Formats: sequence, C-alpha cells, structure tokens
Amino acid sequence: MQISEAWLREYVNPAISTEQLVEQLTMAGLEVDSITPAAAQFSGVVVGEVLAMEQHPDADRLRVCQVAVGEAEPLQIVCGASNVRVGLRIPAALIGAVLPGDFKIKKSKLRGVESFGMLCSEKELGLAAEANGLMELAADAPVGIDIREYLSLNDNIIEVDLTPNRADCLSVEGIAREVAVLNKMDWSATQVEKAAVAHTGTLTVSVKATDACPRYLGRLIKGVNPKAETPLWMQERLRRSGVRSLSAIVDVTNYVLIELGQPLHAFDAAKLSGNINVRYAQNGESVALLNGQTIKLDSETLVIADDKQALALAGVMGGSESAVSDNTQDVFLECAFFSPRSIAGKARNYGLHTDSSHRFERGVDPTLQERAIERATQLIIEIAGGSAGAITDVTTASTLPQRTAVILRKQRLEKTLGIAFMDDQVVDIFQRLGMSAQTQQDGWSVTPPGCRFDIAIEADLIEEIARIVGYNNLPNSSLLMRSELGKATEAVLELDRAKDLLVDRGYQEAITYSFVDEEIQQAVAPDDELVRLKNPISADLSIMRSTLWCGLLKAALHNTNRQQNRVRFFESGLRFINKDGSMQQQKMLSGLALGSAYSEQWGISTRKADFFDIKADLESLFALTGCNVQFVPGKHSALHPGQTAEILSPQDEKIGWLGMLHPTLEKQLGFDTQVFLFELDQDLLLNKQIPKFKQLSKYPSVRRDLALIVKEEVAVSEIINCIKSCAEPTLQDIVIFDIYRGKGVEEGNKSVALSIIIQDFSQTLTDSEIDAIFNRLLETLTTKISAKLRD
Amino acid sequence: MSATLEEILAQALQQLRDAQDLNQLDLVRIHYLGKKGLFTLQMKELGALDPDQRRAAGQVINQAKDQFQEQLEAKKVDLESAALEARLASESIDVTQPGRGQTVAGLHPVTTTLRRISKIFASVGFQVVEGPEIEDDYHNFEALNIPAHHPARAMHDTFYFDAHTVLRTHTSPVQIRVMESEKPPLKVIAPGRVYRCDSDITHTPMFHQVEGFLVDTDVSFADLKGVVYEFLRAFFEKDIQVRFRPSYFPFTEPSAEVDIECVMCGGEGCRVCSHTGWLEVMGCGMIHPEVFKAVNIDSETYSGFAFGMGVERLAMLRYGINDLRLFFENDLKFLEQFN
Repeated sequence: MQISEAWLREYVNPAISTEQLVEQLTMAGLEVDSITPAAAQFSGVVVGEVLAMEQHPDADRLRVCQVAVGEAEPLQIVCGASNVRVGLRIPAALIGAVLPGDFKIKKSKLRGVESFGMLCSEKELGLAAEANGLMELAADAPVGIDIREYLSLNDNIIEVDLTPNRADCLSVEGIAREVAVLNKMDWSATQVEKAAVAHTGTLTVSVKATDACPRYLGRLIKGVNPKAETPLWMQERLRRSGVRSLSAIVDVTNYVLIELGQPLHAFDAAKLSGNINVRYAQNGESVALLNGQTIKLDSETLVIADDKQALALAGVMGGSESAVSDNTQDVFLECAFFSPRSIAGKARNYGLHTDSSHRFERGVDPTLQERAIERATQLIIEIAGGSAGAITDVTTASTLPQRTAVILRKQRLEKTLGIAFMDDQVVDIFQRLGMSAQTQQDGWSVTPPGCRFDIAIEADLIEEIARIVGYNNLPNSSLLMRSELGKATEAVLELDRAKDLLVDRGYQEAITYSFVDEEIQQAVAPDDELVRLKNPISADLSIMRSTLWCGLLKAALHNTNRQQNRVRFFESGLRFINKDGSMQQQKMLSGLALGSAYSEQWGISTRKADFFDIKADLESLFALTGCNVQFVPGKHSALHPGQTAEILSPQDEKIGWLGMLHPTLEKQLGFDTQVFLFELDQDLLLNKQIPKFKQLSKYPSVRRDLALIVKEEVAVSEIINCIKSCAEPTLQDIVIFDIYRGKGVEEGNKSVALSIIIQDFSQTLTDSEIDAIFNRLLETLTTKISAKLRD
Repeated sequence: MSATLEEILAQALQQLRDAQDLNQLDLVRIHYLGKKGLFTLQMKELGALDPDQRRAAGQVINQAKDQFQEQLEAKKVDLESAALEARLASESIDVTQPGRGQTVAGLHPVTTTLRRISKIFASVGFQVVEGPEIEDDYHNFEALNIPAHHPARAMHDTFYFDAHTVLRTHTSPVQIRVMESEKPPLKVIAPGRVYRCDSDITHTPMFHQVEGFLVDTDVSFADLKGVVYEFLRAFFEKDIQVRFRPSYFPFTEPSAEVDIECVMCGGEGCRVCSHTGWLEVMGCGMIHPEVFKAVNIDSETYSGFAFGMGVERLAMLRYGINDLRLFFENDLKFLEQFN
C-alpha cells in the first residue's frame, strides 16, 4: 500500500519529520518499505497561460506563443505540442529552470525564432512515463505560481508493507488513525454529507447469498457527463497511491477505496437487464472481465448478476459488458460488504489479484458502506454532474460480523509481557485505538471497532498493548527455566563426527538442491519411481532426488568445467523414494571422488584414486561405529558392474553402495575421468556398538604367514570368512599383506598372502599346538575354497 | 722382556690417538686391556717377582693402565660426539618443503553456521530435532493456524505434490510434530531445508531455517526478547543493537520481527541495509493459543515462544557473502574459503 505523506498529514499532522514518521510506523508494525519523492527534482517551472499564438514562419509543426507567467510582459516561447492553444494554462519552464535529468533551460533560437523558455508535458516534469502533448492545467490555475507548489509536488510517497492482519490500515484514513494513536493526537475523518435524492429511480437488489454478502448498497446516479475530466488534484493523489487515472467515474471509486478503504464498483445502468442479484455462480457459467479475460466459474464463486447473466466477480473484478464507458450517462454504484471467507482465495483461484479482493479477503469495515457510497456520490456529482437516487440497502444483520467483547485479564497481560501496567494506561491505549474498554474486576472487557478483524482473543489485545507501548520499551529477561540434564546417547554416532571424518579425509561438504533434472534422475536411478513436483520452479528442478548422486555429479561437473581436476564431495540430506504408494524420506550420507588419490605434491607419485582408496575412507567411517560391515559384489544401474560393492550390516541390512560410475554414464554426463560414488543410509551407518571390554591375554601371541593359491573368482572376503568359520578360539586377527598374480602362479589363479595371529588366554601355545591349529585351518581352506599353500 | 712398560704405554697412547672411529677404538682397547692384552700380560708377569718388587712394579703398571684408560675414555667421548655431528649433518633437511599426505577439506558454510546456532542453544538445554521435508498441508499450514485461503498463504510460495502434500515452506511444522508427541516443558530447535517457489537474485527455491521454541509454565515475551537478544549477541560475538518490531505470523501472538544493527556499516546506512542501518534477521512471537489447541496443550497452564531464522542470511552477514546463489553452486573456490 502506498500513500502520499501530504494527504496523510491533512488528517493528522504531528510535528515530526518524514523520517521520524516512517520510523514510528515501522516500529508499530506497519513496516515502511520505501520513501520516494512524489516528483523528480526540478525548479523554475511556473503556471503559464497562452495569450496569443501564431504559426512559425519556417516550420509547419512549430507555433510561436506569447505566454503570461505572472511578470509584467509575456514571454515568447516556441512550442511544438499539438494541444497548444490560446487560453490554455500549462507549466512553463523559465530561463534558468532545471528540469529532471539536470536539463537546463536557456534562451534559444528555433529555426531563427527566439524562445524564452519551454512549455512542458507531464513527461518532461517527470510526472508520467509517457505524455501526449502539454500538461493541461485547470482554467483557474493561478498564473505565475510555482508549479511544485500548485501541484503540491513537495511530497513523499510512503510505501507500507502491511501484514495480512492489518486490513484496517489499507486506506489513508486507516493509517491516519494509527498515526494519531502513536502521537496521542486527535484526527478527523473525511466529512461526508448525504446527497440530496433528486430522482426516484432505483434498482431492486436481491441478495440470495446472505452469508457471503451481509450488506449491499446500490444507488442510481443519472445524467452524468461521460466526458468529464478527473480533476488534477485527484489524478495526482491517485498517481501517488500507485493508481492510474482512467475516467472520472472509475477514478472516484478508486479514490474512495484509497481514502476510506472501501472498494466500490460502478455499472453502466443502461447495460443492465432488470434487477441486481447477488448469488453464487452456476457451474460452468462464465463472465467476461474488465481485464479482457473470460473465466468459467464454479458454484462456490460469488457473482453480481442481473436477470440475464453474471456481470461481475463479486469483490474481485467487474465485467467488461456492464462497465462504464465514454457513453455512460446513468451509473449504478455498488458498495457492499462481502465476508472475507467468501472472497478469500477466489481471486487467486482464477489467477487474479485486485485492490478490491486484497481488501475484502482481509476484511473491510462492515460499518463503512453508507459513508463510502455517500462520499463517492458526492465526488461523482462534483466532477461529472448527475443526480442521485435513493440508496437501496439490503442488509442481513444476522450475518454481519459482530464485534464481541474480548476479555483481557490484567494478570495475564502482565505475565505475558513481564511488566506491570497502570490501569489508566491500558484503558487509554484501547480508547485511542477506537476500542471500548470496560474495566472489570480483574481486567477489562474490550470491544474492537468494525475495522479490526484481527482482534478476536486475549493475546490479540496483549499484542496491541505491547505494540503501542513499543516492543523495545518492554523488558528483556534472562532464561529462567527448569533445566534437565542432557542426553549422551552412545549407541548412535553423531552425524557431525562422521562428517568431520570425511572432511579430514579430504572431502568438501556440498549442499545441492533436493529437486533435480528429470534427465539426470532417470540416468542415475532409472528404476526409481519419479516423485514429481506439481509446480516446479523450472524443468531442471522438477523431480525429487532418489539419490544424492544427482546433485553431487552436477556439482562435480561444475568444478571440472572450471579446471578442477580433483574433486571430493560429500553431502548429507534426504532422498525421496515412493515405495508401495508411501513416501519415504531417508537420510543419506553420500560422496563423490574423482581425480588423483592425493592432491599434487612432491614425494608421492601421482596416481588416480581407485576403488580401494574410497573404500578405505568408508572403512574408517565404519570404524567409528565399531560395526563390522561387509562389502559384497553388487549390481547398481549407475555403477560399473565390475566395481560395485553393496555394503551390508552384520544383520544383512543394506547400508548402501560404493562403486565406480558406469563408463556409459561417465561419458553421457560429460566426465573425462573415472568417478567414484558412495551412498550410505545414515540411520544404519550411525548405529554404533557400545564397546564391551574383553579380557586381555597374559600369554604371547603367535603370528604365522601363509601364501595361499586360490582361483581368481574366490573373493578375499571368502578366504577370511572361511578362516573365521572354523571358530578357532585362539584366532585374534587376519591381515592380508599381499595379493599377487603372474610368474609362478598359474593363469586364472592368484596368490593371497596373509598373516594369522593367534593367542591363547590360559597358556603359552606350544609348537605342536600351533601346528595343529594351522593344519585345521588349512584343511578347511582346502575343502571349502580349494586353496593350496604356495610352494 | 721384549718391550718396556714405557714403550708399551707410548705405543698404546699413539694407537689411541690414531683411532678413527669407535670400532677401531674398541680394537685398541682389547689389544691392551683384553684377556690377552699387553697390560694384562704385564700384570701376569708380576707373579714371577718377589713380593717386595711385585708391589712396586704393580703400582707402576697400574699407573700406566690408568693413564691409558683415561685417554681411552676421552677419545671415546670425542669420537661419539664426532659421530653424532656427522649423523646430524647427514640427516639435515629443508624444513620449508611442504608436508605430504591427504589434505583436509571443510564443511559447507551453512553447516558451520547451523552448528554454531545449535551449539549456542544446546548450551542452555535446547534439543535438536529434525522433521520431514515433504510435509502434509495440516502440519505445514492448518495446525499453525493458517487455514486454506488464509492471506498468509500467499506469503508462502508453496511447492505442491498434490492438494494435501507440499514441500515444507518453513521449519515450523516441526514445532507441531514435537508438541504432538511430547509434553512440556519443551526446549527445541529444528534446523533444516525449506522450500519456496521463488528464484531470483535474493531468493533460491531451497534454503535453510532454524526454528526454535520453548514451552513451559510462565514463559513471557520478556523471556523471548531476552533469549533472542542473547542469541544474536552470541552469534555475532559482538554487543550489537537489536530491536523488535510488531509483525504478524498466524502462529504467534504477539509477533515480532527482529532487526539487528547493520553489521556491514555498523548502523550508518549502506547498500546492504537499504540505508536504514538495520537488518531484519528473524521472526518470532508467543505461540498462538490456536496452535496449542491443535496439539492439545492447555494454553492457560502453558505458554511458549517460537522463533525462526534464515541460516543463509545469517551466514552471509557473518562472512560477508554477497550472493545467495553461491551457496548451492558448490564451486570449490567458494567452499574452500570456509575450510
């Protein structure tokens, strides 16, 4: 909502500067977004009158004018505007004047004729973006006075960003009321006189939807001048309120809307057939709106109709067929109260938002209609003539909003705000806000005025007191609370610890959008059902990710495209899986690595990171939780079939994946190097084993190294599992220290060198006991996986 | 006798002087003092003398032996220190060469900021709780006193999946979820991603918020102001000016916006604060009775406050970042600045 400061100060004019006024409004909850001068800076422009005019001898389109500017002699000014004529009063820029854009007016010659100034258009004065010829001033504009003074241009436009609860401030009067309260001043509302009823014409108004339209006032104004011009002062006030001047009748309705906050609508009475009906639309009924749009209505939409058809979307926008025009002589003026509930959301449903719907859905003062229709009548007759008929008033008292008294308990007020108040102070604040406050035993019974839709409960009254006293004048207290001891859950590793470990191992944390491009989602996880947004911000952010890899791959590309050849990222966040019709939002910890294993440095030969580098990072993550996970060969559509591991918990739950990006995808996405990816389910990953003490052995441990020849397809994990399956009680540890293929090992086989460490808890093992243990282990290895000792 | 004691001693001392290293020195020691060493043999020969001569001769030999041993020790110290010098010289390196191994990366500035916020509140017993990002209409709006068609809905540019399912537009639904399942007293903060269908130079369609709330008996607006004030000073590690302005949120009453003195210009007025000297950093208020009603908490017995803040905004102010969109581009050159 934007208003003119000068207009506001006509109602209430505290002795404070613009800055102080704006600060006051902001601190009372009416946040001021901006203050802009009503007109650009210019000087030296006065009201002039064209006294005489003749054709320029050498230019068809130029006229040589004699212009009175309040000095002894008129000035000769050459003008090219088409609307220049004798008797016209216009803004005249004198020699020495400075127009917006630092344009200085000097004495000049136009095609040989001297010119002592310039006649101006609205555009040249910075009052409009476009102009058609000179700005025409009223015939009684006093010649010679400064145009800034004449047009009250030394004014500011104040833009207030109102919260939805403060509908009462969506008018100049509303803001004036607030300013008066804040400054403890009186203010006077616009004086409105009842128009004399000069003819007997009326329209019958029948309100079918009385819940939605508790009050409907209509009036016929006959014989208006359709060509009447809106006076300059009104045009200026409209302009400063951000409203374009259209025609006198429409301008008046807009003016009253800004002045009082009451939307009105003017119909061309000649275009109405029969009576006015306020009813819900029939399903499928349509209406052609003023903005040129024709919309199909549903049966929950309130319309204003005549006997034939729907004319207007009630409280939102009028129709084009019944609109006032250049030929309108009889006007039917509508001034209604529509309930917020009946208008709320309607405009938005049809993709509309108007000054009218904005006010009705927040709440228009239900006591305002009579004053507003009289005010509009008065202005229309003043500007466009015509005569008023009687007001048709259809009010359903039972559906009008009732302002009921709200009880405020003194003790509650003080407890909530943490400060004591004098009774007088509380009553005074309410009264200044236009509320009636009855003092009671333990507090007050407060009835808000019609314009305050936001005062319904005790807390609302407490806020009013706090607001007027000033939030910053209320005390701060330190947190006095019952405290409980915190928790220190040990069975869950903190995510922060896992993230820190990845950081320490060289992974940079990324945060990528939760919605991704359909293409990359389909490429990476073609089997996951798409979770699609209904109204995405753009096509490439339309699908909820089912894996964090989508975003990480994109982030990696962003960097490889910027000369980064080593990228390590991790991200934690939700993935979204639609499974059996239910949405699962799973917390994941995912990562990506490409490029060399170590950043470029001396003393370490550069080599690309491979599967086992990344596996070591994950193993260190799992070491934090003490969880014995298994990496088993797996298949994942995004990963290289020969370099994919599925990670399983000891209970065989699927924790996640590690692998190399499939070469086809690598190419398709535009990488020119191998990319490794992992993704882990956070809940399973962070499951921590609480350590349990095991007795230490006092006897020495024995280490024996074995080199085993096994078939290529026997996985190292099988060897280890095979040894473990013997359930040898003295077994302490198995370490793989070499894997060899080539000379001395038959093709299709590999040699795995491992050392086994055993230790007994009750004795020092003898050589023969050790031999027996190892023979047992070897026997099992031979039987189960055909392992042979290497010679 | 082939050589006199004097000759042996002279030769022994010469050999000591000639020894080049500890090995040679040891050989010399053995040659003179070993079981068959020359001094040892001299002593053995004493047995042939008569007792009177034996004592005198023995004294002479012992003196020679002592002299040798003294020199031997001195030479050993010399050689040891020379060996150490040599080792030190050979092992000296250029300590200015860079260290080797894995390089450390860093956390995203949003995470760092979230951690700081959480730490400040955790120190007075606030619990960190998370909630779903795909939310139902009830928790995101209805239960927060924002019924369908409420004008406040226009302030949330909501992403929809269907009529009842949205991407949460704020972290406030976590407030509802916690109050549905737990009884007061409650002290909770809820950090997380939120989504609004808006994208321009100052908006990204995803960003982070931290919701905080406290419910107990006798919680006042003064407590809210105190907590917010203390938090902002702790976060910015500075005695900054803080002001509270009346505002409107359907789920709090009274409601306030919180401004801090502009951290860029110190309140003088600059581009960042639109020349007002103030920066809006959070919204807050006393939890609305309708919200308590939705979660079956008696608003006569309990009261509470809630606050919500934008994490990117705080991170931008803290670190002087001037473009919101940088947070989600994940350019290493940006991210590494916060390692």
